[in-house]
Amino acid sequence: MTNDIIILPLVVHLFFSILLMFLWNKINLQKIVSIVGNAVALVVAIWAFVFVYNNGTHVVESGNWPAPFGIVFVGDMLAVTLVLLTAIAGFAVSIFSAISVIKARLRFGYFSVFHFLLLGLNGAFLTGDIFNLYVWFEIIIISSFVLISIGGERNQLEGAVKYFALNFFASMIFLTALGVLYGLVGTLNMADISLKIAEVENTTLVEISAVLFLVGFGIKSAIFPLYFWLPASYHTPPSAVSAIFAGLLTKVGVYALIRVFTLIYAEDSFLTVLLLTMAIMTIFSGGVGAIIQNNIKKVFMYFIICHIGFMIGGLALFTEVAMAGVIFYLIHDIIIKTNLFLMGGLIYRIKTTTNMKKLGGLYANYPKLSLLMAIPLFSLVGIPPLSGYWPKISLILASFNAEEYWLFGALIFGSLITLIVIAKLWAEVFWKDQPKINFPKKFIYFDQLRLGQKFTFVFPVAFLTFVTLYIGFGAEHIQQLSQRIATELMNNEMYINAVLKR
Amino acid sequence: MRTIILKSASSYLLPVLLLFSVFILLRGHYLPGGGFVGGLVASIAFVLDSFSNGLDKTKSVLKIHPGFLMPFGLAIAFLSGISPILFSDLPLMTGIWAEDPIPVIGAIGSALFFDLGVYLVVIGASLTIIFTISESV
Repeated sequence: MTNDIIILPLVVHLFFSILLMFLWNKINLQKIVSIVGNAVALVVAIWAFVFVYNNGTHVVESGNWPAPFGIVFVGDMLAVTLVLLTAIAGFAVSIFSAISVIKARLRFGYFSVFHFLLLGLNGAFLTGDIFNLYVWFEIIIISSFVLISIGGERNQLEGAVKYFALNFFASMIFLTALGVLYGLVGTLNMADISLKIAEVENTTLVEISAVLFLVGFGIKSAIFPLYFWLPASYHTPPSAVSAIFAGLLTKVGVYALIRVFTLIYAEDSFLTVLLLTMAIMTIFSGGVGAIIQNNIKKVFMYFIICHIGFMIGGLALFTEVAMAGVIFYLIHDIIIKTNLFLMGGLIYRIKTTTNMKKLGGLYANYPKLSLLMAIPLFSLVGIPPLSGYWPKISLILASFNAEEYWLFGALIFGSLITLIVIAKLWAEVFWKDQPKINFPKKFIYFDQLRLGQKFTFVFPVAFLTFVTLYIGFGAEHIQQLSQRIATELMNNEMYINAVLKR
Repeated sequence: MRTIILKSASSYLLPVLLLFSVFILLRGHYLPGGGFVGGLVASIAFVLDSFSNGLDKTKSVLKIHPGFLMPFGLAIAFLSGISPILFSDLPLMTGIWAEDPIPVIGAIGSALFFDLGVYLVVIGASLTIIFTISESV
């Protein structure tokens, strides 16, 4: 079994999604099976993580075909860390889904598709073959189309169409880039491409394929000027779905960018300038977008965009310190963004709205819950010693050392905007008195739930907050991990040697 | 659409097309064909039958809702994919082949079961889509 340890997360999710299909009409059973499935996936992910942490990069050649010819699954530190984070976020969201998503949606195989989405995410992180990466992206977007449109409300379908159109377009560009790249090097194994691309004489075409990858992944990870689908669609599905989208779907684009631009197109001056400009504009436009929004879900959405810019900026700097910052930020961001949207769902359940103008008095009525929600919000700002603080230090330091003052300014601007918006949000939602609005009668409020139901609402938020606290207070471990990943990424021979067994 | 020619032809075409789809399924390992194409041919057989005899008749021929074929197909494909891990400690999706070929069918391996799974999923998915659309029209 240990030979296959890193593909076990895939096997577990596929097994549970098929099992859930057999239980199509038994919704209550589906909830339990899905939570158990995610718990199993979490255990397996921890196991895989520990295994790779102790034994170094582990490669599985699927179908027993040797490396450049068959599809390989590569569990390096970055991949298994992301698989672990996916498992943590998936576990929290599955519990939250069980209580917050209504039956009309669950009836259409919600949980089964949810497991397929997690399967696709894990596959994308683990694969070492770039065409296989495309296939996993397809699995991700097809399952996310189902999740975003399930239930079929009017504004939801409107969001789904925008989401569908732009993501499909991104896949097409990705596929075009693949075609160009395959025509140049004649191989699809990423490690093999990395070796062969240095020998290609036609550098213009190499750069064109790089830009095509940048656009394709850029749309998926929502960087400027390709992010417009995100604010149009992410607030429409139920909070549980938004949470998994916010936490993981854009991050898989960032992961693909990191992988491609460290392994295949490392050190390209034209791309560095392009990435840097895009990062600065992403931070700026996301931040400005967040400050004018009144709906807390929309505020969080613009934060996603803004903070994607932090990671892309770090990637553009391409130094080991910056890369460690990027990885730390990625770890922090996946947990925190998932949590923010779960909190949005919780606030909606308490007050029937997520509009800041209509909200208020949360701290007076729910002091303990408010304090719980304060921790992720303050971590997002990066108040020391919470988790957002540490990666920002690395990123700001790296940009200052590299004398990229525009990025330096943008990072500080982004952090400042985050602070202002969170302060505004805190004042409006938690401290302000509840404005007099008519609460709808036909709604199951948080107070009316049974104790067990309340627990299932609060537990995922508390669980993710606990993980955030660990990332903040155990920053030493996470920093060591990030540095190790950064070293592996910057010296890509380690990856190539492990895959091709040289 | 319900002409007498189509109606009498379809009652012969349904079994012939189904047999042909199985032929294509089995042929698929080294020659053009396989589970996906075979599944499409099989679903065409049922669609043709529903054109000539009506949707309700076809459903009663099928006995179960075609959607239920999907989890079964996926399960078969999944089991054939992980069987090398379970039985012979080889990586995922390695082909395991029986020693002696069986007459008519030929050599049996895990790839055949994977194809069979694909065959069922394709029938299930395409028939679910087509039936749903023709019901709502």
